[in-house]
Amino acid sequence: MRVSFPITMSRSANTWTRRLAPLLTLVLVLAAWQLVFALRLYPTFLIPSPQMVWEKAAQVLRDGTLWAHLLATSEAMVWGLLWGVSIGTLLGYLIAKLPLAEVLLTPLIVAFQATPIVAYAPLLIIWFGSGMTSKVVTCAVIVFFPTLMNTVVGVRQIPPRLRDLMRALSATRWQTLCKLELPAILPVWLTGLKTSATLAVIGVVVGEFLSADRGLGHWVKLARSQYDTALVFVGVLTMTALALTFYSLVYLLEWRLLKWQRQSRSV
Amino acid sequence: MRVRLEGVSVTYRQAGAKLLALAPLTVDIPSGQFVAILGASGCGKSTLVRVVAGLQPATSGSVWLDEVRNTRPHPAVGMMFQDATLMGWRTVFDNIALPLELAGASHAAREARLRALLPMLGLEAWANAYPAMLSGGMAQRAALGRVLAQNPRLLLLDEPFGALDAFTREQLRLDLLALWRDMRQTVLMVTHDIHEAVFMADRLLVFSPRPGRLVADIAIDLPRPRQLDMVYDAEFGVYARAARAAMV
Repeated sequence: MRVSFPITMSRSANTWTRRLAPLLTLVLVLAAWQLVFALRLYPTFLIPSPQMVWEKAAQVLRDGTLWAHLLATSEAMVWGLLWGVSIGTLLGYLIAKLPLAEVLLTPLIVAFQATPIVAYAPLLIIWFGSGMTSKVVTCAVIVFFPTLMNTVVGVRQIPPRLRDLMRALSATRWQTLCKLELPAILPVWLTGLKTSATLAVIGVVVGEFLSADRGLGHWVKLARSQYDTALVFVGVLTMTALALTFYSLVYLLEWRLLKWQRQSRSV
Repeated sequence: MRVRLEGVSVTYRQAGAKLLALAPLTVDIPSGQFVAILGASGCGKSTLVRVVAGLQPATSGSVWLDEVRNTRPHPAVGMMFQDATLMGWRTVFDNIALPLELAGASHAAREARLRALLPMLGLEAWANAYPAMLSGGMAQRAALGRVLAQNPRLLLLDEPFGALDAFTREQLRLDLLALWRDMRQTVLMVTHDIHEAVFMADRLLVFSPRPGRLVADIAIDLPRPRQLDMVYDAEFGVYARAARAAMV
């Protein structure tokens, strides 16, 4: 007991530095930004000061425009994630389980994934209109790939012995799915979901850039065309915050669902 | 449970060539007998156990469990593997209770069964632990508990102690024998360890390497319960020597 005391001390000191580090980075970035502005290296319409951005943010927060665009984008993200992740999981499971599905689908999926989304997003807009649907579709398309890949990997890495065990116990297909496959792929699947969650913003914003009347992408495009650089900053930073929020939500979900991993590690 | 094999053989197809893994085998194992299947690795002994378990089909011949021909996994047959193959996301309790859960037993029934089982395995204190926290020996105990939870009348053990250190292995052998003395299931245990086979079994089935062919069927007439120091008895040596002679 007595021996462990100094170790605990140094450890807690360590976590404090680790917790403060991101904050320090933020302060440094802000300071550098302020410095560039103060030196008047660039005109204000290229680089506004942190304070100008802050004031702009306060203004759009107060008049509600930020919330309206944020809501529109978030809504599209949620639907895009739901569709993309569901389809990705389903296809990933099929590919992992059925060799025929793998042979048939893999070239299509790889080609789909290798083509830049910005290039064919206009097509999606022609097909699905300029409203919510096309945003959701671009988001789903970009989001589904990491989920798919991680589902395939997850299903494939289930130890054959555990499958033997389930068979020896005469488990039904449904039982094997619920009690072996789903829990076994969960950690890898959640890793994929984290990637998907951050990509979701990109998907929606691409859609909004091309054609939309609402949402953060549309808002930033509008601000840029009016040379309202401070507003562009606000919009972009909102996107960052949105991506981080979605990532954190998945992280929280992971934290809840994978308690067993944490408890296994702590001993 | 009585186990009867009639001309059971297994042939694998590999790159077009046929590979005989297990030569036709006919053997009759009476209910309650502890049988060790002894042979060098690659002699098809694991294949044999998998066929009896209904996990893989025989190329020819038939398996009879209590006079009923069997080709599929059977609820009264429990299988244990070389590694514990526990589910990392389930506690020890839930791992052991898995067969009961799959069979649709209520929570109360599972709880009752495990309350009896956990002390026998020395795992009461670990019921809520996750497998990653267990030592190799304890993990294997949990695997044994899982197999016993389904109340099998035939136990198939595929090198159950192969992955453990010498001391743990010895202890687990004694534990298994003590459990078996009370329950008297039929046991088919695969091993490549001559001492383990002689020490534990009533009967040795010795197989030749590739293709696995039954070369000796030796009855072990040592008194039970078996004691660790029996291995130094002359009689023990006679059996071990006979088994070794048959293997090579």
